[in-house]
Amino acid sequence: MTPVMALGLSLIAGTVVFYLLGYPPLQSLYAFFISPISDLYGVCELLVKASPLAMIAVGLSMGFRANVWNIGAEGQLTVGALFGSALVIYFPESNNILMLPAMLILGILGGMAWASIPAFLKTRFNTNEILTSLLLVYVAILLLSTLVHGPWRDPAGYNFPQSVLFQNVAILPVIVPGTRLHLGTIFALLAILTGWILISRTLAGFQVRVSGMAPQAARYTGVRSNLMIWCVLLGAGGLAGLAGIIEITGLIGQVQPIISPGYGFSAIIVAFLGRLHPVGILFASLVLALSYLGGEFVQIKLGLPLGIAGVFQGMLLFFLLSCDILIHYRIEIRKTSISGSARST
Amino acid sequence: MKKFLIAAVAAFTYAIGSSLALADDPLKIGFVYIGPVGDHGWTYQHNDGRLAVEEAFGDKVQTSFVEFVPEGQDAERVIRQLAADGNKLIFTTSFGYMNPTIKVAQSFPDTYFEHCSGYKRADNVSTYLARFYEARYVNGRIAGQVTKTNTIGYIASFPIPEVVRGINAFALGMRSVNPDATIKVVWVSTWFDPGKEGDAAKALIDQGADVILQHTDSPAPLQVAEERGVWAIGQASDMSAFGPRAHLTSAINNWGPYYVERTRAVLEGTWESGDVWGGYSADMIKSSEINAESVPADVIADAEATIAAIRSGELHPFAGPILDQSGNEIIGAGTTLSDGDLLGMSYYVMGVEGSLPQ
Repeated sequence: MTPVMALGLSLIAGTVVFYLLGYPPLQSLYAFFISPISDLYGVCELLVKASPLAMIAVGLSMGFRANVWNIGAEGQLTVGALFGSALVIYFPESNNILMLPAMLILGILGGMAWASIPAFLKTRFNTNEILTSLLLVYVAILLLSTLVHGPWRDPAGYNFPQSVLFQNVAILPVIVPGTRLHLGTIFALLAILTGWILISRTLAGFQVRVSGMAPQAARYTGVRSNLMIWCVLLGAGGLAGLAGIIEITGLIGQVQPIISPGYGFSAIIVAFLGRLHPVGILFASLVLALSYLGGEFVQIKLGLPLGIAGVFQGMLLFFLLSCDILIHYRIEIRKTSISGSARST
Repeated sequence: MKKFLIAAVAAFTYAIGSSLALADDPLKIGFVYIGPVGDHGWTYQHNDGRLAVEEAFGDKVQTSFVEFVPEGQDAERVIRQLAADGNKLIFTTSFGYMNPTIKVAQSFPDTYFEHCSGYKRADNVSTYLARFYEARYVNGRIAGQVTKTNTIGYIASFPIPEVVRGINAFALGMRSVNPDATIKVVWVSTWFDPGKEGDAAKALIDQGADVILQHTDSPAPLQVAEERGVWAIGQASDMSAFGPRAHLTSAINNWGPYYVERTRAVLEGTWESGDVWGGYSADMIKSSEINAESVPADVIADAEATIAAIRSGELHPFAGPILDQSGNEIIGAGTTLSDGDLLGMSYYVMGVEGSLPQ
């Protein structure tokens, strides 16, 4: 219930912000939350934007539940996109219909490969995966930059940093004609479904949860913690890599210096906004996606500053976290100070 | 209850929706920006052009913009949204918007698109760019006469022809007045990152550079130059405020005249697809006032004469003879590099140190 309450509070606070900035509050809210999804095209755009967020967040949430803090989904996404795209770059003339499936699989493998580095370092040397996964993001982005400014450059492109445009067999089919909604959204839904079954219906999911909540207990019951770390990192990496190659094959259609507008990082917000639960993540990804679209709409329709979208996202998280605290903990004012004045309900 | 809610939402939707649609019908013009309007560089100047349009046409136009739009999947959505929202003229102001612009233009044949810096055109898509290299040549002449260490520090973004051309134009200008001066280039792999740009400026100054210039968008290099007591040249907008003493001059991207002209063409129904690459003579670039405190009067006079000569067509920065880094002749006296050669430029000329990253 808290996410809904947080959303409500953000709306109220948003109204106040719009009013204080001197913009008509109702019209602004309408432009922010309703206009973007007032037609089929808009709804499809929302799904297009939410898909990578949901897909990556589902993977990350498994790790977060098991206390494995993979912050590097952005890098795994990038390397996945590069692995998959390599096929087109080196076979630009191919019309093989297996091209696309092969690219998607390579995308998954690329993401996994990148995630395997922090997994190896953590299980072998007990290195902090927060640092290693994050730093590898920058390595991945530099790798992309090197390729796209160098060997992968379109020979007919006046040396501009972008690859050739992909041929049709390397483009994900659109599932709603006249929009950009592509097959990738189905993959995102499948990821959510799989995540849900895994976490709530299988022993593996149970073990993930126990490892996070009580690592010692998990060990006594026979959970192999290193195997767990490998699984959650490879799973999250694979999903991020898939999201990356889907962005390329579904929307961009070529390799360019920017593949993701920060999806790998935004997905961390989505995972927490969605309570690390696949169904919650589904809704959280839609809300966050809407806040991006809304941010563009209020700029176009009302000339509101870009920062508004960021303010909304910030308020949403703030209210979510503060509602959480206030629901789960009770503030007690006592005359004598006793340790543990706040207790869990 | 449910029915009531639906009715209420519908009424609300209708009320707001119609109030948005109720307006006079000025020409709606949309702008898509890669950076924030406050970057004091590339986007700042495009926004300045937008304001010039508003000033020139008043309530006959209504402009809107979306800033900080990443190149790629989001750009297509934003451009399409601007078109769907009734903007009849849309300026997309970064190279990476090229393919999205072309794509959206196909679905909106009655909307005119203007893409800055690309090479793909269509019946309703024009391209435009400024000959920034002309100002670089002038700045090279100023720096060549001002430098005491004969070392110029050049902060470059990415090794694309646009940037390489700027370095070479600067080198040719500098060498035409000071054959002993050389340019050290640092590639920072970003268009806008004040921290990185500032660090690059420090590194260049440590290596003996006493004039700093950049092909990136922030004023950070100027601020570093001011602190360290060397000279600097501003990029894209007049950056004198960021280093009142260090600032020699700025090359200003002046989009206003072009934007006004294209808007007028749409209003009068004479818009046609084309490709414009204009310099000083088209007023698409300008030089800011040269700092009389730091630059001797004869150097200022020389710079002004050079600008006048470029404007009149008497002088072309890429007129031969042009030598490559090892002294081999690229073109001889009496010939000039063609626009095609300039657009694909991927080598350094004499006077630039180091090798071009490939």
